[in-house]
Amino acid sequence: MKILDADKLPDLAAVLAAAGYRVVAPVRDGAQVRMAEWKPGLAIDAGPIPANSVKEFLFPRCEVIARYSLDGDSFAPQPAPVDAPKTAVLAVRPCDAAAMVALDKVFNWEYRDDAWNARREATTLVALVCAAADDECFCTSVGGAPDARLGADAVLRCADGASKFILEALGEKGQALLAAAAGVLADGDARPDPPASVPVRFDSKAVTDWCGENFESPLWRDLGLACLGCGSCAYACPVCHCFDIQDEGTRSEAVRLRNWDTCGLALFTQHSGGHNPRPDQAARWRQRVMHKFRYFVERFGGLACTGCGRCARLCPARLAISQVCREIDEARKAAAK
Amino acid sequence: MTIAIYQSAMMNIVLARDEAPDVRTLRLQFADEADRVRFFQKYRVGMFGLYGVPGAGESAFCVASPPTRTGYVECTFRRTGRVTAAIRDREVGQAVTFRGPYGNSFPIESWKGRAIVFIAGGIGLPPIRSVIWNVLDRPGDFGPVTIVYGARTVADLVYKDELADWGARPDVKLVTAVDPGGETPDWKGQVGFVPFVLDHAAPPGAGAVALVCGPPIMIKFTLPVLLKLGFAPKDVYTTLENRMKCGVGQCGRCNVGSTYVCRDGPVFTLDQLRHMPAADM
Ligand code: FES
Repeated sequence: MKILDADKLPDLAAVLAAAGYRVVAPVRDGAQVRMAEWKPGLAIDAGPIPANSVKEFLFPRCEVIARYSLDGDSFAPQPAPVDAPKTAVLAVRPCDAAAMVALDKVFNWEYRDDAWNARREATTLVALVCAAADDECFCTSVGGAPDARLGADAVLRCADGASKFILEALGEKGQALLAAAAGVLADGDARPDPPASVPVRFDSKAVTDWCGENFESPLWRDLGLACLGCGSCAYACPVCHCFDIQDEGTRSEAVRLRNWDTCGLALFTQHSGGHNPRPDQAARWRQRVMHKFRYFVERFGGLACTGCGRCARLCPARLAISQVCREIDEARKAAAK
Repeated sequence: MTIAIYQSAMMNIVLARDEAPDVRTLRLQFADEADRVRFFQKYRVGMFGLYGVPGAGESAFCVASPPTRTGYVECTFRRTGRVTAAIRDREVGQAVTFRGPYGNSFPIESWKGRAIVFIAGGIGLPPIRSVIWNVLDRPGDFGPVTIVYGARTVADLVYKDELADWGARPDVKLVTAVDPGGETPDWKGQVGFVPFVLDHAAPPGAGAVALVCGPPIMIKFTLPVLLKLGFAPKDVYTTLENRMKCGVGQCGRCNVGSTYVCRDGPVFTLDQLRHMPAADM
């Protein structure tokens, strides 16, 4: 058994950085803990659930997808190389690791996204079994668990009353990481602490079924009234992957950029001719819930939600998707009686 | 390594024609022969592409030329925003970017021997013009062709030269129309809205195939006429033009319900449309 003292995560980060990994870890940033690139001296805090998901290290907020040199009215394509550094993500939550598996399907759906795949290939996800959960966590309602291993290449687990971590490799990438970290790992024995307990808050299958029959439900209107249309939920979500493509340029160079975007914003579907198929926030909320709980299931055989709860923690209007799902579940049960 | 799916082909503009106010056709030649070969291996009528000008952006519209003409790609588009304005401003001898073809296509091989009726309004003709030429370029393969085409005014009719061409052909029955008030003193075609003109022309629907493309309001009133004429909903086709960015099913922008227009479409039958949520279109 490979053991690491609980206060030695920075040592683990340092040894991995020395071995050539870009290390991403939960780093304290004022009042928040965020997943960020670790640098010597930064404090790693694996306690709170990070405010951002791990998504941005595999699918950046903004990325150059094509590049051109410009000369008057003519232009010529230039290389736009993909940046895919060898990366170790420490203490990624199981809900985030599972989300990367959902995104694998999107980015390889008939057309393969080379950047996504290169970064996935170069990234080792070291999941942390959640020892604590908060009121917004609902992984167990969407097929996950605080100690789920889906998507993880290695697992960190608190042990001996949070005084140690047990580090276990789950595949080749995990083994390579353990080998690189051998200098800070001890062989020994420890008793794993129990994972957090996360109550099941709704029946996701019932939500999927309900969505199939309730495109016209008044629920969407109610949700739309409260929503500010700010888009934070989608940016914080580990599975939301909608993006925009925009050009930017100077006289001598132009880049084509892929930027995060979301169906919650009014301009998302606006046609240049003026028509907008989703003219109000109600239609956009419907899209958001339907995409996660119905369309994704239809197209990829799984949910586009892993229960991390970030959308609820960040929403200025306190619109929690888990609460919406619970209402749907209850409405369905009431209708069945 | 680059992201291969977003690398565009360079296309040289070899011909530019203004069809109607703000509507322009470009004939584009692949700068690289390998891109041309790759395109025509995949291209079937109905598919679309992403046309762009570096620094301005990309815009999705149909490929308006048929796969039977393998030297070039033609597109016809209306200037509506910043990107289409930038493409509009490009002249013969200059270049644009192009990636595609994307999406599904009209299953024309299953239409062999059958009568085909094309119905278009305004800028709705380009998406089916590729089918018209594909059918006409293969004499003997298909049944009689009827084209019903209307626009708001005479000036708004696109492909005016080709309309004259089609009108003169013995294998085509062409009906052109302009909305009431849109006619000029020497207008020889009909005056009236497309659904009305179609009803009047009354092409037999039993066993035939219909393609409808135009503004939503025109499609809405044309469909009942087609059903009345005896067309089966599974034999009535249209194309949807949602906002698209990636073209490859990943940016999440083109959904109508669970349907990805860029991947599952843009070609749909009336049968399929009936199962899609109208409120999402
Ligand atoms: S255009 Fe991006 S998903 Fe269809």
